[in-house]
Amino acid sequence: MSEVAEKTKAPRESLFSKKNRKLVTDPLTDNNPITIQVLGICSALAITVQVEQAFWMSVSVLFVLVLGNMVISMLRNLIPSRIRIIVQLVVVASLVIIVDLMLAAFVPDVSEKLSVFVGLIITNCIIMGRFEAFAMGNKVGPSLMDGLGNSFGYAWILILVAFVRELFGSGTLWGQPIFGDYIEGNGLYSIGYVNNNMMILPPMALIIVGVIIWVQRSRNKALIEDH
Amino acid sequence: MKFLEKIVKKNAPKFAKGGKLEKWYPLYETLSTFAFTPNHTTKRGAHIRDGVDLKRTMMTVIIALIPALLFGIYNAGHWDLAVELGNRDLPFWADQGEKIFRGLMIVLPMIVVSYGVGLGMEFIFAMRAGHGLHEGFLVSGMLIPLIMPADVPLWMVGVATAFAVVIGKEIFGGTGMNILNIALTARAFLFFAYPTSMSGDKVWMSGLEDKQALAEKSDAVAQQMDGFSGATALGDAASFMSDKMTVAGTEVTSDAAVSAFESTYSQMDAFIGMIPGSIGETSVIAILIGAALLLFTGVGSLRIMASFFAGGWLMGVVLNAVGGNPYFDLAAEYHLLIGGFAFGAVFMATDPVTAAQTGVGKLIYGFFGGVIAILIRVLNPAYPEGVMLAILFMNVMAPIIDHYVIQANVKRRMKRLKTA
Repeated sequence: MSEVAEKTKAPRESLFSKKNRKLVTDPLTDNNPITIQVLGICSALAITVQVEQAFWMSVSVLFVLVLGNMVISMLRNLIPSRIRIIVQLVVVASLVIIVDLMLAAFVPDVSEKLSVFVGLIITNCIIMGRFEAFAMGNKVGPSLMDGLGNSFGYAWILILVAFVRELFGSGTLWGQPIFGDYIEGNGLYSIGYVNNNMMILPPMALIIVGVIIWVQRSRNKALIEDH
Repeated sequence: MKFLEKIVKKNAPKFAKGGKLEKWYPLYETLSTFAFTPNHTTKRGAHIRDGVDLKRTMMTVIIALIPALLFGIYNAGHWDLAVELGNRDLPFWADQGEKIFRGLMIVLPMIVVSYGVGLGMEFIFAMRAGHGLHEGFLVSGMLIPLIMPADVPLWMVGVATAFAVVIGKEIFGGTGMNILNIALTARAFLFFAYPTSMSGDKVWMSGLEDKQALAEKSDAVAQQMDGFSGATALGDAASFMSDKMTVAGTEVTSDAAVSAFESTYSQMDAFIGMIPGSIGETSVIAILIGAALLLFTGVGSLRIMASFFAGGWLMGVVLNAVGGNPYFDLAAEYHLLIGGFAFGAVFMATDPVTAAQTGVGKLIYGFFGGVIAILIRVLNPAYPEGVMLAILFMNVMAPIIDHYVIQANVKRRMKRLKTA
């Protein structure tokens, strides 16, 4: 009996169906929120000086985006469309406050460095964009996958940019010296190597993101626009 | 020449489509057009036939750079010897042979690195795109060493050249498509990336930093180097804006600052170029010889050069009128003689790719370039030299200037049409 009953319902989609998996993999490359949609650039500039900061920023965005997407998706039929932006903001704001307090409690020194930028996740275009474009019109499962995909897409670009900037800008990775001690001048520094100060300045983040976009577009012809 | 032509002709099929060495066609084309003028012409559209192509235009600029280069070599050698002897007041025109040799040892490696790295990068991109090497880098490769301090490490020159060619030019589409002047992009990159090697009192004379490090260990060297300063005219002038005013290492009061400055860097010295500074920038007279050649051949724009100087001079006059501080009181024409102002006006601002294209636009472009250069130089103590930043800024503004000049012309003619 049960088998017959199930057949009459719309076929249930598995959380890991091909379509849902695409929701995760797409934002990693061909639809990356930073390099293709060019969203969330401000935070990519501000907190990619060190890998550690970039990592915790990515974790924060992951938390906010995944939970927020699910909450909005659950509420999507209850939210009046006229005030939907305000409702979305309330959801984001509460999640961001949770993240902010958690960071302050468990990784206080990182939280101090990230300072205002955790709070500014509220205005991160990626988050509002996913709420508007995806969570408002999809079920909870796909929204979860979409949130994961987009935050991973955001995270790997952020960490890659931070890797380059920290390695060449400060000669360290995750705070650990790579090229030797800069102040004492041993290791690579003893033969005249100097840290690149430009890597610490924000414009370099844009240039590195630009180079990533360049590589990506030259590899994938589908992304090249016609003129 | 016949012999060379025979080799080029004979090897042509090997590099043609389907040939054995097809992949290396860009290399073949580059070398063959370097030796002989190619015989292919524009086929469609109205055009003027002229023997001058990009390669020959670039060669004109290189020839125009030669006086500044030669003087720069001698000047770099002079200050290198001055450091060696610990004597800042070393007579300029003595020991020519040794100074030229020392200068060559400083400047030649920089030129080799600049051309090697730059052409290497260009070649990689040319191979990928399958066309011959563009000539654009011929001038940039010579300009880059000329705007470097004498003591800059060679690997920094290489990194900056690579950055400027790839990020400044190739990603915009190569020669003729760049927004910013390539040589200045290289310098700006170094200026922000390695500020300790690009500004301050130690970098303008080769070997000074090492000598001062040695002075800390050895008393004899310390005694020799006592009171020796590697400061440039601009560095000293910039100190007038701070609490501690110095001229060539000696502290001065604000009343005596201008006269001390004028006796250390007389206008004649600055005009001839007998002052420390970046390699090619010090001698205004050598630069003016180059400018004359550029103007005579029509390669450089008189409008840009003249309005650039006019803008800088007027800004100097305005500062004089404001007055009240030694740097503001410095004679306006001084600003045109010291630092890289003349070099920037003649060789950098006139870059035909990045400058404004319209006649009126060139005047506006040059004028504001000069004004901003002096404005940054005097009012921002963090940047003793403003010419680089001013020209880069005007490079970005040039398309907007052109746009409004053209729009104004369209409007004016529309009006005339209506009234007629």
